[in-house]
Amino acid sequence: MKQKSIAVVGAAETTKMGKIPDQSVIGLHADAALNAMADAGLKPSDIDGVATAGISPTELAYYLGITPTYADGTSVGGCSFMLHVRHAAAAINEGLCNTVLITHGESGRSRVGAGRFGASPSSLNGQFEMPYGPVGPPSMFTVPVLRYLKTYGLKPEDMAPVAVIQREWAAKNPRASYRDPLTIDDVMNADMIAWPFTKLMCCLVTDGGGALILTSAERAKDFPQKPVYILGTGESVETPMVSQMEDFTSSKAFRVSGKKAFDEAGIKHADVDHLMIYDAFAHLPLYGLEDLGFCKPGEAAAFIRERNTAIGGKLPLNTNGGGLSYMHSGMYGMYALQESVRQMRGIAPAQVPGAKVSVSHGVGGMFGASGTIVFSNEAP
Amino acid sequence: MPPRMLPEPTPETRHFWDGCKAGEFRLQRCTECDGGSYFPPRPFCPKCGSRKVEDYVASGKGVLWSYVINQRPRPDMGTEPYAIAVVKLAEGPQLMTNIVNCPQTPEALELDMPVQVAFAKQNDDISLPLFEPVPPSSRKAA
Repeated sequence: MKQKSIAVVGAAETTKMGKIPDQSVIGLHADAALNAMADAGLKPSDIDGVATAGISPTELAYYLGITPTYADGTSVGGCSFMLHVRHAAAAINEGLCNTVLITHGESGRSRVGAGRFGASPSSLNGQFEMPYGPVGPPSMFTVPVLRYLKTYGLKPEDMAPVAVIQREWAAKNPRASYRDPLTIDDVMNADMIAWPFTKLMCCLVTDGGGALILTSAERAKDFPQKPVYILGTGESVETPMVSQMEDFTSSKAFRVSGKKAFDEAGIKHADVDHLMIYDAFAHLPLYGLEDLGFCKPGEAAAFIRERNTAIGGKLPLNTNGGGLSYMHSGMYGMYALQESVRQMRGIAPAQVPGAKVSVSHGVGGMFGASGTIVFSNEAP
Repeated sequence: MPPRMLPEPTPETRHFWDGCKAGEFRLQRCTECDGGSYFPPRPFCPKCGSRKVEDYVASGKGVLWSYVINQRPRPDMGTEPYAIAVVKLAEGPQLMTNIVNCPQTPEALELDMPVQVAFAKQNDDISLPLFEPVPPSSRKAA
Protein backbone atom coordinates (compact mmCIF):
# COMPACT_ATOMS: atom_id res chain seq x y z
CA MET A 1 0.00 0.00 0.00
CA LYS A 2 1.21 3.50 -0.79
CA GLN A 3 1.93 5.28 2.50
CA LYS A 4 -0.57 7.93 3.57
CA SER A 5 -2.82 7.30 0.58
CA ILE A 6 -5.71 6.53 2.96
CA ALA A 7 -6.95 8.36 6.05
CA VAL A 8 -9.41 7.94 8.89
CA VAL A 9 -11.89 10.82 8.67
CA GLY A 10 -14.51 9.59 11.12
CA ALA A 11 -14.08 7.76 14.42
CA ALA A 12 -16.38 7.28 17.38
CA GLU A 13 -17.42 4.83 20.04
CA THR A 14 -20.96 4.17 21.23
CA THR A 15 -22.60 6.96 23.18
CA LYS A 16 -22.59 4.79 26.29
CA MET A 17 -19.97 2.29 27.37
CA GLY A 18 -19.84 -0.50 29.90
CA LYS A 19 -23.28 -1.80 30.79
CA ILE A 20 -25.90 -0.99 28.14
CA PRO A 21 -28.97 -3.18 28.71
CA ASP A 22 -31.17 -0.97 26.52
CA GLN A 23 -29.33 -1.57 23.23
CA SER A 24 -28.99 -4.75 21.19
CA VAL A 25 -25.94 -5.83 19.24
CA ILE A 26 -27.14 -4.28 15.98
CA GLY A 27 -28.26 -1.21 17.92
CA LEU A 28 -24.71 -0.75 19.22
CA HIS A 29 -23.31 -1.06 15.68
CA ALA A 30 -25.77 1.61 14.50
CA ASP A 31 -25.13 3.95 17.44
CA ALA A 32 -21.37 3.84 16.83
CA ALA A 33 -21.89 4.23 13.06
CA LEU A 34 -24.15 7.28 13.46
CA ASN A 35 -21.63 8.85 15.87
CA ALA A 36 -18.79 8.27 13.40
CA MET A 37 -20.84 9.69 10.53
CA ALA A 38 -21.60 12.79 12.62
CA ASP A 39 -17.88 13.06 13.41
CA ALA A 40 -17.10 13.00 9.68
CA GLY A 41 -20.06 15.14 8.62
CA LEU A 42 -21.50 12.33 6.51
CA LYS A 43 -24.88 10.69 5.97
CA PRO A 44 -25.52 7.01 5.18
CA SER A 45 -25.95 7.92 1.51
CA ASP A 46 -22.34 9.19 1.48
CA ILE A 47 -21.00 5.73 2.43
CA ASP A 48 -20.30 3.27 -0.40
CA GLY A 49 -18.32 0.60 1.43
CA VAL A 50 -19.11 -1.39 4.60
CA ALA A 51 -17.13 -3.80 6.75
CA THR A 52 -18.01 -5.49 10.00
CA ALA A 53 -17.69 -8.64 12.11
CA GLY A 54 -20.13 -10.16 14.56
CA ILE A 55 -23.05 -9.30 12.30
CA SER A 56 -22.90 -9.55 8.52
CA PRO A 57 -22.11 -6.55 6.32
CA THR A 58 -25.51 -7.21 4.73
CA GLU A 59 -27.28 -6.62 8.05
CA LEU A 60 -25.20 -3.50 8.67
CA ALA A 61 -25.80 -1.97 5.23
CA TYR A 62 -29.51 -2.76 5.27
CA TYR A 63 -30.04 -1.48 8.81
CA LEU A 64 -28.29 1.84 8.15
CA GLY A 65 -29.74 2.34 4.67
CA ILE A 66 -26.44 2.06 2.83
CA THR A 67 -26.09 0.77 -0.76
CA PRO A 68 -22.45 -0.29 -0.93
CA THR A 69 -20.26 -1.26 -3.85
CA TYR A 70 -17.86 -2.89 -1.40
CA ALA A 71 -18.70 -5.25 1.50
CA ASP A 72 -16.22 -7.03 3.78
CA GLY A 73 -17.37 -9.59 6.34
CA THR A 74 -13.95 -10.79 7.43
CA SER A 75 -14.48 -12.33 10.84
CA VAL A 76 -11.35 -13.66 12.54
CA GLY A 77 -12.13 -12.55 16.08
CA GLY A 78 -11.19 -9.38 17.93
CA CYS A 79 -8.67 -8.09 15.39
CA SER A 80 -11.16 -8.31 12.49
CA PHE A 81 -11.37 -4.50 12.44
CA MET A 82 -7.63 -4.18 11.82
CA LEU A 83 -8.12 -6.45 8.82
CA HIS A 84 -11.12 -4.38 7.73
CA VAL A 85 -8.96 -1.23 7.79
CA ARG A 86 -6.32 -2.99 5.72
CA HIS A 87 -8.82 -4.33 3.17
CA ALA A 88 -10.64 -0.98 2.99
CA ALA A 89 -7.38 0.79 2.23
CA ALA A 90 -6.72 -1.62 -0.63
CA ALA A 91 -10.30 -1.29 -1.89
CA ILE A 92 -10.22 2.52 -1.90
CA ASN A 93 -6.84 2.54 -3.62
CA GLU A 94 -8.18 0.12 -6.22
CA GLY A 95 -11.27 2.27 -6.83
CA LEU A 96 -13.81 -0.27 -5.58
CA CYS A 97 -15.39 2.43 -3.42
CA ASN A 98 -14.61 5.85 -1.95
CA THR A 99 -15.78 5.90 1.67
CA VAL A 100 -15.78 2.84 3.91
CA LEU A 101 -17.63 2.48 7.21
CA ILE A 102 -16.26 -0.15 9.63
CA THR A 103 -18.39 -0.97 12.66
CA HIS A 104 -18.27 -3.01 15.83
CA GLY A 105 -20.98 -3.52 18.42
CA GLU A 106 -21.22 -6.19 21.06
CA SER A 107 -23.48 -6.81 24.01
CA GLY A 108 -20.79 -8.82 25.76
CA ARG A 109 -22.14 -8.28 29.25
CA SER A 110 -25.89 -7.77 28.80
CA ARG A 111 -26.20 -10.23 25.85
CA VAL A 112 -29.06 -8.25 24.24
CA GLY A 113 -29.70 -9.56 20.74
CA ALA A 114 -26.46 -11.53 20.93
CA GLY A 115 -25.73 -14.90 19.37
CA ARG A 116 -24.72 -17.99 21.30
CA PHE A 117 -21.22 -19.24 21.89
CA GLY A 118 -20.10 -22.72 20.99
CA ALA A 119 -18.30 -24.77 18.41
CA SER A 120 -19.94 -27.59 16.48
CA PRO A 121 -18.84 -30.95 17.93
CA SER A 122 -17.62 -32.00 14.48
CA SER A 123 -15.41 -28.91 14.00
CA LEU A 124 -11.69 -29.05 14.70
CA ASN A 125 -12.22 -27.30 18.04
CA GLY A 126 -15.25 -29.42 18.80
CA GLN A 127 -13.34 -32.65 18.26
CA PHE A 128 -9.89 -31.81 19.58
CA GLU A 129 -10.28 -29.15 22.28
CA MET A 130 -13.80 -28.84 23.65
CA PRO A 131 -13.97 -32.40 25.08
CA TYR A 132 -11.29 -31.43 27.61
CA GLY A 133 -13.35 -28.78 29.37
CA PRO A 134 -12.34 -25.28 28.24
CA VAL A 135 -14.83 -22.60 29.22
CA GLY A 136 -14.21 -19.79 26.77
CA PRO A 137 -11.12 -17.62 26.45
CA PRO A 138 -10.07 -17.52 30.14
CA SER A 139 -9.27 -21.23 30.05
CA MET A 140 -7.94 -21.42 26.47
CA PHE A 141 -6.08 -18.22 25.60
CA THR A 142 -4.10 -18.76 28.80
CA VAL A 143 -2.93 -22.32 28.08
CA PRO A 144 0.45 -21.48 26.46
CA VAL A 145 1.66 -19.16 29.22
CA LEU A 146 3.23 -21.68 31.64
CA ARG A 147 5.56 -22.78 28.84
CA TYR A 148 6.44 -19.12 28.15
CA LEU A 149 7.15 -18.48 31.83
CA LYS A 150 9.28 -21.60 32.23
CA THR A 151 11.26 -20.88 29.06
CA TYR A 152 12.29 -17.46 30.32
CA GLY A 153 12.58 -18.24 34.04
CA LEU A 154 9.59 -16.07 34.92
CA LYS A 155 6.80 -16.48 37.48
CA PRO A 156 3.08 -15.75 37.31
CA GLU A 157 3.60 -12.54 39.35
CA ASP A 158 5.76 -11.22 36.49
CA MET A 159 2.50 -10.71 34.57
CA ALA A 160 0.92 -8.60 37.35
CA PRO A 161 2.59 -5.25 36.47
CA VAL A 162 0.72 -5.33 33.15
CA ALA A 163 -2.57 -4.97 35.02
CA VAL A 164 -1.21 -2.48 37.58
CA ILE A 165 0.26 -0.08 35.02
CA GLN A 166 -2.73 -0.22 32.69
CA ARG A 167 -4.93 0.70 35.65
CA GLU A 168 -2.78 3.82 36.06
CA TRP A 169 -3.65 4.78 32.48
CA ALA A 170 -7.33 3.96 33.08
CA ALA A 171 -7.38 6.32 36.05
CA LYS A 172 -6.94 9.18 33.56
CA ASN A 173 -9.83 8.01 31.38
CA PRO A 174 -13.33 9.06 32.54
CA ARG A 175 -14.95 6.35 30.37
CA ALA A 176 -12.86 3.51 31.78
CA SER A 177 -14.79 0.78 33.59
CA TYR A 178 -12.23 0.49 36.41
CA ARG A 179 -10.15 3.46 37.59
CA ASP A 180 -9.10 2.71 41.19
CA PRO A 181 -5.37 2.03 41.70
CA LEU A 182 -4.18 -1.58 41.92
CA THR A 183 -1.17 -3.17 43.58
CA ILE A 184 0.73 -6.31 42.60
CA ASP A 185 -0.80 -7.98 45.68
CA ASP A 186 -4.29 -6.98 44.57
CA VAL A 187 -3.67 -8.69 41.23
CA MET A 188 -2.13 -11.82 42.75
CA ASN A 189 -4.76 -12.17 45.49
CA ALA A 190 -7.79 -11.69 43.24
CA ASP A 191 -10.07 -14.67 42.59
CA MET A 192 -8.30 -17.43 40.69
CA ILE A 193 -9.98 -17.99 37.31
CA ALA A 194 -7.65 -20.46 35.58
CA TRP A 195 -4.38 -20.91 37.43
CA PRO A 196 -2.05 -19.03 37.04
CA PHE A 197 -4.51 -16.32 35.91
CA THR A 198 -6.41 -14.32 38.53
CA LYS A 199 -9.48 -12.28 37.68
CA LEU A 200 -7.42 -9.08 37.45
CA MET A 201 -5.23 -10.65 34.74
CA CYS A 202 -8.37 -11.23 32.64
CA CYS A 203 -10.23 -8.68 30.55
CA LEU A 204 -13.55 -7.16 31.45
CA VAL A 205 -16.80 -8.26 29.87
CA THR A 206 -18.76 -5.17 28.87
CA ASP A 207 -21.11 -3.70 26.25
CA GLY A 208 -20.15 -1.16 23.61
CA GLY A 209 -19.16 -0.46 20.07
CA GLY A 210 -17.13 1.71 17.76
CA ALA A 211 -16.92 2.78 14.14
CA LEU A 212 -14.36 4.18 11.74
CA ILE A 213 -14.75 5.91 8.38
CA LEU A 214 -11.92 5.78 5.84
CA THR A 215 -11.40 7.59 2.57
CA SER A 216 -8.53 8.64 0.33
CA ALA A 217 -5.97 11.03 1.78
CA GLU A 218 -6.72 13.38 -1.09
CA ARG A 219 -10.36 13.74 -0.01
CA ALA A 220 -9.52 13.64 3.70
CA LYS A 221 -8.46 17.26 3.90
CA ASP A 222 -12.02 18.37 3.11
CA PHE A 223 -13.43 16.69 6.23
CA PRO A 224 -14.05 18.47 9.56
CA GLN A 225 -11.63 16.39 11.66
CA LYS A 226 -7.86 16.28 11.47
CA PRO A 227 -7.10 13.29 9.19
CA VAL A 228 -5.24 10.34 10.63
CA TYR A 229 -3.19 8.70 7.88
CA ILE A 230 -2.43 5.02 7.45
CA LEU A 231 1.27 4.33 7.07
CA GLY A 232 1.28 0.56 6.94
CA THR A 233 -0.86 -2.51 7.58
CA GLY A 234 -0.38 -6.21 8.24
CA GLU A 235 -2.44 -9.31 8.88
CA SER A 236 -2.06 -13.05 9.31
CA VAL A 237 -3.74 -16.12 10.78
CA GLU A 238 -2.20 -19.19 12.37
CA THR A 239 -4.61 -21.74 13.87
CA PRO A 240 -8.16 -22.04 15.20
CA MET A 241 -6.83 -24.19 18.07
CA VAL A 242 -4.54 -22.70 20.70
CA SER A 243 -3.18 -26.19 21.35
CA GLN A 244 -1.77 -26.23 17.81
CA MET A 245 0.17 -22.96 18.06
CA GLU A 246 3.59 -23.65 16.57
CA ASP A 247 5.49 -22.03 19.44
CA PHE A 248 3.91 -21.47 22.86
CA THR A 249 6.36 -18.62 23.59
CA SER A 250 5.60 -16.55 20.47
CA SER A 251 2.71 -15.95 18.08
CA LYS A 252 3.45 -16.58 14.41
CA ALA A 253 0.45 -14.45 13.40
CA PHE A 254 1.82 -11.56 15.49
CA ARG A 255 5.26 -11.83 13.95
CA VAL A 256 4.00 -11.97 10.36
CA SER A 257 1.41 -9.22 10.74
CA GLY A 258 3.71 -6.90 12.68
CA LYS A 259 6.62 -7.23 10.27
CA LYS A 260 4.38 -6.61 7.26
CA ALA A 261 2.96 -3.42 8.81
CA PHE A 262 6.35 -2.07 9.92
CA ASP A 263 7.96 -2.85 6.55
CA GLU A 264 5.11 -1.21 4.65
CA ALA A 265 5.24 1.87 6.88
CA GLY A 266 9.02 2.03 6.57
CA ILE A 267 9.35 2.83 10.27
CA LYS A 268 11.76 1.70 12.96
CA HIS A 269 10.70 0.81 16.49
CA ALA A 270 12.18 4.08 17.77
CA ASP A 271 9.74 5.98 15.53
CA VAL A 272 6.72 4.62 17.45
CA ASP A 273 5.37 7.17 19.95
CA HIS A 274 2.29 5.26 21.05
CA LEU A 275 1.36 1.59 21.05
CA MET A 276 -1.82 -0.41 21.52
CA ILE A 277 -1.56 -4.18 22.02
CA TYR A 278 -4.85 -6.00 22.36
CA ASP A 279 -4.82 -7.24 25.97
CA ALA A 280 -7.52 -9.84 26.43
CA PHE A 281 -5.28 -11.25 29.17
CA ALA A 282 -2.16 -9.99 30.94
CA HIS A 283 0.23 -12.11 28.88
CA LEU A 284 -0.82 -10.57 25.55
CA PRO A 285 1.25 -7.37 25.91
CA LEU A 286 4.29 -9.55 26.72
CA TYR A 287 3.92 -11.63 23.56
CA GLY A 288 3.04 -8.48 21.59
CA LEU A 289 6.06 -6.44 22.68
CA GLU A 290 8.37 -9.35 21.83
CA ASP A 291 6.74 -10.49 18.59
CA LEU A 292 6.55 -6.92 17.25
CA GLY A 293 10.25 -6.56 18.05
CA PHE A 294 10.09 -3.89 20.78
CA CYS A 295 11.70 -6.33 23.25
CA LYS A 296 13.89 -9.39 22.92
CA PRO A 297 12.23 -12.75 23.71
CA GLY A 298 11.61 -13.05 27.44
CA GLU A 299 12.37 -9.40 28.21
CA ALA A 300 8.92 -7.80 27.94
CA ALA A 301 7.91 -8.45 31.57
CA ALA A 302 10.96 -6.55 32.85
CA PHE A 303 10.36 -3.82 30.25
CA ILE A 304 6.88 -3.28 31.67
CA ARG A 305 7.93 -3.67 35.30
CA GLU A 306 10.58 -0.97 34.74
CA ARG A 307 7.74 1.39 33.70
CA ASN A 308 8.76 1.87 30.08
CA THR A 309 5.09 1.54 29.05
CA ALA A 310 3.69 3.62 31.93
CA ILE A 311 2.76 7.31 32.01
CA GLY A 312 5.96 9.21 31.22
CA GLY A 313 7.69 6.07 29.91
CA LYS A 314 9.37 5.85 26.53
CA LEU A 315 6.70 3.62 24.96
CA PRO A 316 3.20 4.48 26.25
CA LEU A 317 1.13 1.30 25.89
CA ASN A 318 -2.62 0.73 26.13
CA THR A 319 -3.27 4.31 27.16
CA ASN A 320 -7.05 3.90 27.37
CA GLY A 321 -6.60 1.34 30.17
CA GLY A 322 -6.89 -1.58 27.75
CA GLY A 323 -9.13 -4.60 27.83
CA LEU A 324 -8.10 -5.14 31.43
CA SER A 325 -9.46 -1.78 32.71
CA TYR A 326 -11.11 0.26 29.95
CA MET A 327 -13.61 -2.07 28.35
CA HIS A 328 -13.76 -5.42 26.55
CA SER A 329 -16.91 -6.32 24.72
CA GLY A 330 -15.53 -9.52 23.17
CA MET A 331 -13.92 -8.18 20.01
CA TYR A 332 -11.78 -5.42 21.52
CA GLY A 333 -9.70 -4.54 18.44
CA MET A 334 -12.00 -1.65 17.53
CA TYR A 335 -11.24 0.11 20.84
CA ALA A 336 -7.49 -0.19 20.29
CA LEU A 337 -7.97 1.46 16.88
CA GLN A 338 -10.17 4.18 18.41
CA GLU A 339 -7.51 5.02 21.00
CA SER A 340 -4.81 5.19 18.31
CA VAL A 341 -7.00 7.62 16.33
CA ARG A 342 -7.65 9.76 19.44
CA GLN A 343 -3.92 9.88 20.18
CA MET A 344 -3.17 10.91 16.59
CA ARG A 345 -5.88 13.58 16.72
CA GLY A 346 -4.42 14.81 20.01
CA ILE A 347 -7.68 14.39 21.94
CA ALA A 348 -7.08 11.27 24.08
CA PRO A 349 -7.93 11.55 27.79
CA ALA A 350 -4.37 10.42 28.56
CA GLN A 351 -2.78 12.18 25.59
CA VAL A 352 0.85 11.35 24.79
CA PRO A 353 2.41 14.77 24.15
CA GLY A 354 3.58 15.25 20.58
CA ALA A 355 2.81 11.69 19.45
CA LYS A 356 3.18 11.38 15.66
CA VAL A 357 3.15 7.61 15.04
CA SER A 358 0.82 5.10 16.68
CA VAL A 359 0.72 1.32 16.22
CA SER A 360 -2.44 -0.67 16.93
CA HIS A 361 -1.88 -4.42 17.15
CA GLY A 362 -4.74 -6.87 17.46
CA VAL A 363 -5.27 -10.54 18.16
CA GLY A 364 -8.16 -12.73 17.01
CA GLY A 365 -9.32 -15.97 18.56
CA MET A 366 -6.76 -17.51 20.91
CA PHE A 367 -3.57 -16.40 19.14
CA GLY A 368 -5.44 -17.47 16.01
CA ALA A 369 -5.22 -14.28 13.96
CA SER A 370 -3.59 -10.89 13.99
CA GLY A 371 -3.85 -7.47 12.41
CA THR A 372 -1.54 -4.46 12.75
CA ILE A 373 -2.14 -0.85 11.68
CA VAL A 374 0.45 1.95 11.74
CA PHE A 375 -1.11 5.43 11.94
CA SER A 376 0.40 8.88 11.60
CA ASN A 377 -0.96 12.39 11.99
CA GLU A 378 1.61 13.94 9.68
CA ALA A 379 0.20 14.94 6.30
CA PRO A 380 1.70 13.34 3.19
CA MET B 1 -24.40 -33.49 35.65
CA PRO B 2 -25.03 -33.00 31.91
CA PRO B 3 -23.31 -35.50 29.61
CA ARG B 4 -19.72 -34.62 28.73
CA MET B 5 -19.20 -32.62 25.54
CA LEU B 6 -17.91 -35.20 23.06
CA PRO B 7 -16.42 -35.09 19.59
CA GLU B 8 -18.41 -35.98 16.49
CA PRO B 9 -15.94 -37.70 14.16
CA THR B 10 -15.92 -36.72 10.50
CA PRO B 11 -14.81 -38.96 7.60
CA GLU B 12 -11.36 -37.33 7.80
CA THR B 13 -10.92 -38.03 11.53
CA ARG B 14 -12.78 -41.32 11.92
CA HIS B 15 -9.60 -43.43 11.90
CA PHE B 16 -8.24 -41.49 14.87
CA TRP B 17 -11.36 -41.95 17.00
CA ASP B 18 -11.64 -45.61 15.93
CA GLY B 19 -8.05 -46.00 17.15
CA CYS B 20 -8.89 -44.48 20.53
CA LYS B 21 -11.84 -46.89 20.78
CA ALA B 22 -9.46 -49.79 20.05
CA GLY B 23 -6.89 -48.56 22.57
CA GLU B 24 -4.45 -47.29 19.93
CA PHE B 25 -3.11 -43.74 19.70
CA ARG B 26 -2.88 -43.21 15.95
CA LEU B 27 -0.97 -40.44 14.26
CA GLN B 28 -0.41 -39.70 10.58
CA ARG B 29 2.76 -39.05 8.64
CA CYS B 30 3.66 -38.14 5.08
CA THR B 31 5.29 -40.76 2.85
CA GLU B 32 6.44 -38.21 0.28
CA CYS B 33 8.30 -35.60 2.29
CA ASP B 34 10.05 -35.92 5.64
CA GLY B 35 7.51 -33.58 7.22
CA GLY B 36 7.13 -35.97 10.11
CA SER B 37 4.02 -36.76 12.11
CA TYR B 38 1.14 -34.34 12.33
CA PHE B 39 -2.04 -33.77 14.29
CA PRO B 40 -5.00 -33.28 14.22
CA PRO B 41 -5.83 -35.79 11.47
CA ARG B 42 -6.38 -34.74 7.88
CA PRO B 43 -5.98 -36.70 4.64
CA PHE B 44 -2.95 -34.78 3.40
CA CYS B 45 0.39 -33.56 4.67
CA PRO B 46 0.21 -30.01 6.10
CA LYS B 47 3.89 -29.48 5.24
CA CYS B 48 3.93 -30.40 1.53
CA GLY B 49 0.27 -30.90 0.56
CA SER B 50 0.74 -34.50 -0.59
CA ARG B 51 -2.22 -36.85 -0.20
CA LYS B 52 0.19 -39.77 0.22
CA VAL B 53 -0.02 -40.13 3.98
CA GLU B 54 -0.30 -43.11 6.28
CA ASP B 55 -1.80 -43.78 9.69
CA TYR B 56 0.34 -45.55 12.26
CA VAL B 57 0.13 -46.49 15.91
CA ALA B 58 2.21 -43.95 17.81
CA SER B 59 3.85 -44.39 21.21
CA GLY B 60 1.14 -42.59 23.17
CA LYS B 61 3.92 -41.01 25.21
CA GLY B 62 4.97 -37.42 25.63
CA VAL B 63 5.60 -34.68 28.15
CA LEU B 64 3.34 -32.17 29.87
CA TRP B 65 3.91 -29.04 27.78
CA SER B 66 1.63 -26.40 29.31
CA TYR B 67 -1.71 -26.07 31.09
CA VAL B 68 -4.09 -23.99 33.16
CA ILE B 69 -6.12 -25.21 36.12
CA ASN B 70 -9.67 -24.14 35.39
CA GLN B 71 -11.26 -23.00 38.66
CA ARG B 72 -14.75 -22.62 37.19
CA PRO B 73 -15.66 -26.11 35.98
CA ARG B 74 -17.87 -26.48 32.96
CA PRO B 75 -21.07 -28.18 34.16
CA ASP B 76 -20.33 -31.37 32.21
CA MET B 77 -16.88 -31.62 33.80
CA GLY B 78 -17.98 -31.96 37.42
CA THR B 79 -17.48 -29.56 40.29
CA GLU B 80 -13.73 -29.69 41.03
CA PRO B 81 -11.03 -27.59 39.33
CA TYR B 82 -9.26 -29.44 36.52
CA ALA B 83 -6.25 -28.91 34.32
CA ILE B 84 -6.72 -28.18 30.63
CA ALA B 85 -3.39 -29.38 29.37
CA VAL B 86 -1.33 -29.63 26.23
CA VAL B 87 0.93 -32.67 25.84
CA LYS B 88 3.88 -32.65 23.47
CA LEU B 89 4.04 -36.11 21.98
CA ALA B 90 7.27 -38.06 21.54
CA GLU B 91 6.60 -37.97 17.77
CA GLY B 92 6.45 -34.15 17.75
CA PRO B 93 2.82 -33.00 17.52
CA GLN B 94 1.02 -31.53 20.51
CA LEU B 95 -2.59 -31.95 21.59
CA MET B 96 -5.01 -30.68 24.17
CA THR B 97 -6.08 -33.18 26.82
CA ASN B 98 -6.64 -33.69 30.54
CA ILE B 99 -4.13 -35.20 32.96
CA VAL B 100 -5.69 -37.99 35.01
CA ASN B 101 -4.51 -40.10 37.95
CA CYS B 102 -2.75 -37.00 39.26
CA PRO B 103 -3.71 -34.23 41.71
CA GLN B 104 -4.87 -31.17 39.79
CA THR B 105 -2.35 -28.86 41.49
CA PRO B 106 0.64 -26.82 40.28
CA GLU B 107 2.88 -28.92 42.54
CA ALA B 108 1.81 -32.24 41.03
CA LEU B 109 1.52 -30.97 37.47
CA GLU B 110 5.15 -30.33 36.72
CA LEU B 111 6.00 -29.09 33.24
CA ASP B 112 8.01 -31.57 31.17
CA MET B 113 7.02 -34.56 33.29
CA PRO B 114 6.62 -37.74 31.20
CA VAL B 115 3.02 -38.71 30.51
CA GLN B 116 1.33 -41.57 28.67
CA VAL B 117 -2.06 -41.97 27.07
CA ALA B 118 -4.91 -43.33 29.22
CA PHE B 119 -8.02 -43.87 27.11
CA ALA B 120 -11.25 -42.97 28.86
CA LYS B 121 -14.30 -44.70 27.41
CA GLN B 122 -17.26 -42.33 27.15
CA ASN B 123 -19.69 -44.48 25.15
CA ASP B 124 -19.61 -47.28 22.56
CA ASP B 125 -18.15 -44.96 19.93
CA ILE B 126 -15.94 -42.47 21.74
CA SER B 127 -12.95 -42.95 24.01
CA LEU B 128 -11.02 -39.79 24.83
CA PRO B 129 -7.20 -39.83 24.76
CA LEU B 130 -6.46 -38.53 28.26
CA PHE B 131 -2.93 -38.69 29.69
CA GLU B 132 -1.47 -39.76 33.04
CA PRO B 133 1.97 -39.38 34.62
CA VAL B 134 4.34 -42.21 33.76
CA PRO B 135 5.05 -43.92 37.11
CA PRO B 136 8.61 -43.06 38.25
CA SER B 137 9.49 -46.78 38.36
CA SER B 138 8.89 -47.21 34.64
CA ARG B 139 10.38 -43.89 33.52
CA LYS B 140 13.88 -45.26 33.00
CA ALA B 141 12.63 -48.09 30.87
CA ALA B 142 10.66 -45.58 28.79
